[in-house]
Amino acid sequence: MSDNQTPDLFGQTPSQTVGPFFHYGLPWKGGADLVGQSDMGARPDLIPEGHYLLNLSASKGPVAGEVIEIRGRVLDGDGQPIPDAMLEIWQANAAGRYASPDDAREDIPLDPNFIGFGRASTSADGEYRFRTIKPGRTPGPGNSLQAPHIAVGVLGRGLIKRLCTRLYFEDGEGNGDDPILALVPQTRRHTLIAQKIDGGYRFDVVLQGERETVFFDV
Amino acid sequence: MDVIGYHHEDAGQPPSLSPGYASTVARSPREALIGIPHTLTEVTGPAGVWDQLMGPSRADLTRQQKGEPLGQRIVISGRVLDEAGRPVPNTVIEIWQCNAAGRYIHRRDQWDAPLDPNFTGAGLVVTDAAGAYEFTTIKPGAYPWGNHYNAWRPAHIHLSMLGPAFATRLVTQLYFPDDPLIEIDPIANAVPLPYRQRMVARFDIASTRPNWALGYLFDIVLRGRDATPFEGARS
Repeated sequence: MSDNQTPDLFGQTPSQTVGPFFHYGLPWKGGADLVGQSDMGARPDLIPEGHYLLNLSASKGPVAGEVIEIRGRVLDGDGQPIPDAMLEIWQANAAGRYASPDDAREDIPLDPNFIGFGRASTSADGEYRFRTIKPGRTPGPGNSLQAPHIAVGVLGRGLIKRLCTRLYFEDGEGNGDDPILALVPQTRRHTLIAQKIDGGYRFDVVLQGERETVFFDV
Repeated sequence: MDVIGYHHEDAGQPPSLSPGYASTVARSPREALIGIPHTLTEVTGPAGVWDQLMGPSRADLTRQQKGEPLGQRIVISGRVLDEAGRPVPNTVIEIWQCNAAGRYIHRRDQWDAPLDPNFTGAGLVVTDAAGAYEFTTIKPGAYPWGNHYNAWRPAHIHLSMLGPAFATRLVTQLYFPDDPLIEIDPIANAVPLPYRQRMVARFDIASTRPNWALGYLFDIVLRGRDATPFEGARS
């Protein structure tokens, strides 16, 4: 029979949901803390004693940039908080460089203490929290410059494939000229803008309905 | 700055709204996704830092507790490839599954099947230079769920891949050949045939360990890269 081991059917492996029981497989301790060493992001409370094996992420030295906390809720089409979702983020460092071999701009410094990838499961109340730094601006298509932003992936029970969005900052430099925000109808742009709160920013992710977050075909 | 983007989804990717899987109804967007050109953000991703993030590899799920778990011991091996068949080296695969009786080591799993104190069911492997990976586990059981009357999930292993870029991230489920539950499972069936077959592993006598474990092959294919840079000036 044809499968991905035969040339006639070979192609992208289809996406499937993470289901409701991913908490001992994916969100490691500290996954949501991109600047320090804490257990943010994990839900070991859902796993019996002795069976939560995911590591605490490695300790880091001081990270350059403005440390911020991002928090919010993940909500479904009925406005109900989602307790079995998980967010992943990917961002540039404070200087605007991605810690990736595919960002070869050597004139912009890497931060040896900053990777820029994070993962946070939602709490019983559907809330998530990341501690990170505000990213710098990065190049967009052509000669354009992107405003500071964080790529966000949403996974969870009932999400058969990841939903992708972006978080921009209410006070971010260049939001008005951002080449990706410009592709979003004016009336929906606000769903991508994190609001300033004490100590950081608030960013809710609404999967469906009147305040539905803009998701991108990435 | 123009970058070389990744291919978009092919016809085998499921829609977010798959009403047969009831939880998708209130959790899938109603607005159309907005297409964007890939920028540096989408074509980059963490690389080679898995130890600092999720920790060291855990390739043998049968040796994580005091004793050996119950169930059929199996070895899953294969490669992570892009759509052109090129290996994806040094990329992380995170693994989780239920035990041989079909029960997850998770407080929210209330199904009345026994937990196995010797089985956690969480692993992590990193592909080698040729994109190859391998892990040892036990064959997971089928289990009932509340989606509809007499709903049973086929035996499956959850696999999570990051690949080289934000755009290549993939979570899938590996199914086993000749499982009659696959064709009546709404989650597997969100993927149309023949593409559903891409999620089915193949029994393999060559990788079966004599007097030890049955072998299954499972190649994982991530989105590949376009040939030429996206040209912003023409968009």
